[in-house]
Amino acid sequence: MLSKGLKRKREEEEEKEPLAVDAWWLDPGHAAVAQAPPAVASSSLFDLSVLKLHHSLQQSEPDLRHLVLVVNTLRRIQASMAPAAALPPVPSPPAAPSVADNLLASSDAALSASMASLLEDLSHIEGLSQAPQPLADEGPPGRSIGGAAPSLGALDLLGPATGCLLDDGLEGLFEDIDTSMYDNELWAPASEGLKPGPEDGPGKEEAPELDEAELDYLMDVLVGTQALERPPGPGR
Amino acid sequence: MAGAGGGGCPAGGNDFQWCFSQVKGAIDEDVAEADIISTVEFNYSGDLLATGDKGGRVVIFQREQENKSRPHSRGEYNVYSTFQSHEPEFDYLKSLEIEEKINKIRWLPQQNAAHFLLSTNDKTIKLWKISERDKRAEGYNLKDEDGRLRDPFRITALRVPILKPMDLMVEASPRRIFANAHTYHINSISVNSDHETYLSADDLRINLWHLEITDRSFNIVDIKPANMEELTEVITAAEFHPHQCNVFVYSSSKGTIRLCDMRSSALCDRHSKFFEEPEDPSSRSFFSEIISSISDVKFSHSGRYMMTRDYLSVKVWDLNMESRPVETHQVHEYLRSKLCSLYENDCIFDKFECCWNGSDSAIMTGSYNNFFRMFDRDTRRDVTLEASRESSKPRASLKPRKTQEKAASAGGPVWFRPRRGARQALLLTWRCS
Repeated sequence: MLSKGLKRKREEEEEKEPLAVDAWWLDPGHAAVAQAPPAVASSSLFDLSVLKLHHSLQQSEPDLRHLVLVVNTLRRIQASMAPAAALPPVPSPPAAPSVADNLLASSDAALSASMASLLEDLSHIEGLSQAPQPLADEGPPGRSIGGAAPSLGALDLLGPATGCLLDDGLEGLFEDIDTSMYDNELWAPASEGLKPGPEDGPGKEEAPELDEAELDYLMDVLVGTQALERPPGPGR
Repeated sequence: MAGAGGGGCPAGGNDFQWCFSQVKGAIDEDVAEADIISTVEFNYSGDLLATGDKGGRVVIFQREQENKSRPHSRGEYNVYSTFQSHEPEFDYLKSLEIEEKINKIRWLPQQNAAHFLLSTNDKTIKLWKISERDKRAEGYNLKDEDGRLRDPFRITALRVPILKPMDLMVEASPRRIFANAHTYHINSISVNSDHETYLSADDLRINLWHLEITDRSFNIVDIKPANMEELTEVITAAEFHPHQCNVFVYSSSKGTIRLCDMRSSALCDRHSKFFEEPEDPSSRSFFSEIISSISDVKFSHSGRYMMTRDYLSVKVWDLNMESRPVETHQVHEYLRSKLCSLYENDCIFDKFECCWNGSDSAIMTGSYNNFFRMFDRDTRRDVTLEASRESSKPRASLKPRKTQEKAASAGGPVWFRPRRGARQALLLTWRCS
């Protein structure tokens, strides 16, 4: 019987057969292990969620529950990141709550809009559309992105560390991910790209090209809607 | 993977002693994808156990009659019938393949010699009749013994056909096919206590069917928003009340349960009761919603309570109290500090089932590493057992296992890592007799 409140005895520890132990679980310094709920999500969590969302939408018939949960989690992460983003034109958050709110609202709206466009594709699953190529063909339906040049600085709103996305290209996306996490055979090595879940369609060799192209597209969508929603600000 | 048939019998007082009665299925580690069991269900009497697998097959096991010469042996289960319930299909309109994996099986209460069950994949529900034939008619006038028609002019005498015994043959035949009513993936079916109707639920809608009518169903719940971009919640499970044929519940990905009364309106979008436990602010995290998502909901046999399973706990609710559950049992609380990693490898999205025992005195649910947990509601004690092939000698008692909280550093960690494909005790059914 599992007794609550009794301390484990040393003998009990020893008599159990040792199971495969992955060292990173024990590392108290590891971000995933030191889990006091962080007030602000790391950008890696945000990036991971975006990738999960992207991967989910790539399925011919996305698992709706998985999709909805990932989107809601992403919204939560986004909401926690926006006020903490260090932006040159923004005064310290406590002093200018209205500006922070605007940023939050606009960034949240932008994210919502981009999520909306991605979710909109789901309605085509029910409708009598042709074979789904949602991200390639539909995109943000009816939106004109032309006019405003993609304002790369706008991506800062989406996460404090997204500067690395832009400066270092897509390699920066993977820089802050500790590759020791991915000793599981189901994970491709970080340098080859990040594809959560065992249901990888393309082989490992193809993954980098696909990932980059798709991530490019995803960023375009996010940037495009950012540019659309936000009025042109100073210093951008 | 899921093991079949553990028997529990009280041994001394009210303590449950668990042991493996039988292990069915593949012994090897390497199991073909199509053979992975996706659902299990005992029938009402407990004599039959149905399993559905990813390949669309249903295998039914039957309990042998207790042998008089071995009065102490518990009835063993042997294969009774095997049939292909669903085949893979292709939806040409949407260019989508429809998996043949059996999501749920539900038995109908037995009304005559034949057995009926409903089995469903993502899109289509089928009613199967399983019947026995152990006699054969011989001595037809118009047919030969091998079935060829006889020339009527050659018949000079009449005889009466007689019934002769034959080897038992169990036939399964599809009696009804309920198709084309679900746009999204069916996650639940539930037979009503009126024995005439049943419900089927997908991510966004619940339909009511009559068992006799296949070309029409009634939509009773629809939570699809006008704009898909406003979608924030899906239906995860649904069940009819065991006694009140007008009442059903459905659970959501946000950890809420809605009880609906079909008498109040045709479309039960508005619930009669809304069950939700307020979030504990101290344990709030980015994953709060994911772990609150309910994977299974089951009424107690008495009809007074219902049980819900979310990622970390099992909760018992009194139908008369909507504000919070009356019992909460932690299944694997030590995973709470690992949620980020479990999110990374998608384990946090795993769906576990739960079940009541026949007298509602105990509840059971599965965990990782082939563990399953049983909570005795009367004694407030719980036990963790392992359903692994290594300890699968028949009638050997299962040793209770301890799962350790991971304390700060220090050596000898006994820790397993839930990961995709790892052994999860996801499916449960409790024989109620």
